Amino acid sequence: MSTRRIVTSTFAYVISIIAFVAFIFPFFLLIINSFKSNGEILSSPFSMPTHWSFAHFVDVIEKMNFLVTFKNTFVITTISTLLIVFFSSMTAYHLVRKPTRYNKIFFTILVASMVIPFQSLMIPLIYIYGAKLQLIDSMPIPLLIIFYIGFGSALSIFIFHGFIKSIPVEIEEAARIDGCNTLQTFFIIVLPMLKPITVTIAILNVLWIWNDYLLPSLILNTEDVYTMPVQMKVFNGTYMNNWELLIPAIFLTVLPILIMYIIGQKSIINGVMQGSIK
Amino acid sequence: MKNRKKSLANWGNSFLFLGPTTIFFAITVLIPFVYGVYLTLNKMDTPTDPMVFSGLLNYVNAVQDTQFWSSLWLTIKFVIATVFLVNLVGFGLAYLVTSGIKIQNSMRTAYFTPNLIGGLLLGYIWQFVFVQTLPAFGEKFGIEWLKLGWLGDPHMSFWALVLVTIWQTSGYMMIIFIAGLISIPKDLIEAATIDGAGPFRRLVSVTLPLMVPSFVVTIFLSLKNAFMVYDLNFSLTKGGPYNSTEMVSMHVVNKAFVQANYGTGQAEAIILFIIVAVVTGIQVYSSKKMEVEA
Repeated sequence: MSTRRIVTSTFAYVISIIAFVAFIFPFFLLIINSFKSNGEILSSPFSMPTHWSFAHFVDVIEKMNFLVTFKNTFVITTISTLLIVFFSSMTAYHLVRKPTRYNKIFFTILVASMVIPFQSLMIPLIYIYGAKLQLIDSMPIPLLIIFYIGFGSALSIFIFHGFIKSIPVEIEEAARIDGCNTLQTFFIIVLPMLKPITVTIAILNVLWIWNDYLLPSLILNTEDVYTMPVQMKVFNGTYMNNWELLIPAIFLTVLPILIMYIIGQKSIINGVMQGSIK
Repeated sequence: MKNRKKSLANWGNSFLFLGPTTIFFAITVLIPFVYGVYLTLNKMDTPTDPMVFSGLLNYVNAVQDTQFWSSLWLTIKFVIATVFLVNLVGFGLAYLVTSGIKIQNSMRTAYFTPNLIGGLLLGYIWQFVFVQTLPAFGEKFGIEWLKLGWLGDPHMSFWALVLVTIWQTSGYMMIIFIAGLISIPKDLIEAATIDGAGPFRRLVSVTLPLMVPSFVVTIFLSLKNAFMVYDLNFSLTKGGPYNSTEMVSMHVVNKAFVQANYGTGQAEAIILFIIVAVVTGIQVYSSKKMEVEA
């Protein structure tokens, strides 16, 4: 029995290490090749750089307008996520505690809307807000934030809804007897109890918005408002196959989110786990 | 009087709690969706053209667009391959990292890493892997099938897309499966062991039936992701070589914005919506019926 157990666990170790290599090697290649010149990348892509040169990073930061692009992405992601969390928690609370017929229909529409592919909305979006109302040219960043709130609400409300259902209503009744109105009850009593699921929803939205490409590529048309994925696409078009610039550019673009992951890996993994349990 | 005040307060609350969401949702999803259906009934090539009512002409054009159907067929093959493989690999990884080995937490962290990065960037990273490093690796060690550039061959570049999708999303599914696996009561597994069930039998007869709720979620997510794949398709293969890997989302984008045919593009997008809605609807409905109580 015990030899069998040792064999099984050795087998599990071997498989996990092989999977580990398969999952990590593209990132490893990315890091080591960021410090090499074109010649070195082509002749020996797997070996460590002969000397660690930061020259290409400096070059790329300037060519990509990195600081501005980073700031845009950061602003859009933070504001959208904060507003999604704020409005969705209020809506979900109301929908759970006041299950009128209208509210049930509204919730059903929200959930059903999650299967609408973005591709069947993008043409009318461009048509209405670009050609008709001209908002894409006059206020691209606020418009993009509005769209993120609109697209992000359904899933966030769905997850909040499931969580709020499990909170006993008695606590709120006690607050109401003590003289709280609905708004006070929500902000003073309910919102603090939502903290764990709020972290989950914030993480899911940050990952999605930070990395989103198609929507911002349609809305952001000038370099001063680009987000990092859009900038990366333009950069890739300009420096096609010029790996000594492309690789550090990719590395710099993924670096912020990798740093975030290293700091908050536990809450990110737990957050995704919480979000999947209905 | 008091009643009126109360109903006024109720209205005020509804307005406050539902109002902002309703407005954003209407601006972004509801109005564009309804308007999008209306658009398909008009002839329009670019957004600045005047709209002329044209009945079902856009749908006729969509049905006759052979590129659209071949991209749809390719997408369906992609859906079948990735839904199956992503769930298989995801479940396998979850099983592995809940088996009690010491390094399991760091392994979870590592397997999840690709999910932090968007499809566009992953596509660029793998382009480097496929174009520069794998052929060099094949050259060095004399591995014939690595020497050829995968992205230059229509058949291989399809499988390159499948491979990268598995690599990208199976870590996410793994997390969902872990949540399911750790919620299975230990005594059920013990009872099965005492009754003489081996590891394989326990997996098939106890674990898998109890994992149906997790599979409902993971299959739904992987179906939806696969039908709507765009970023990875765009950055890794750009639909090439010779349009051979252009999937339906990319076709719709190209139809509307590159070929400047908004009306037909939108009609194809609505057809895509109907297909996704029907397929995910059937999937959620039928797998809900398979759920068992522990």
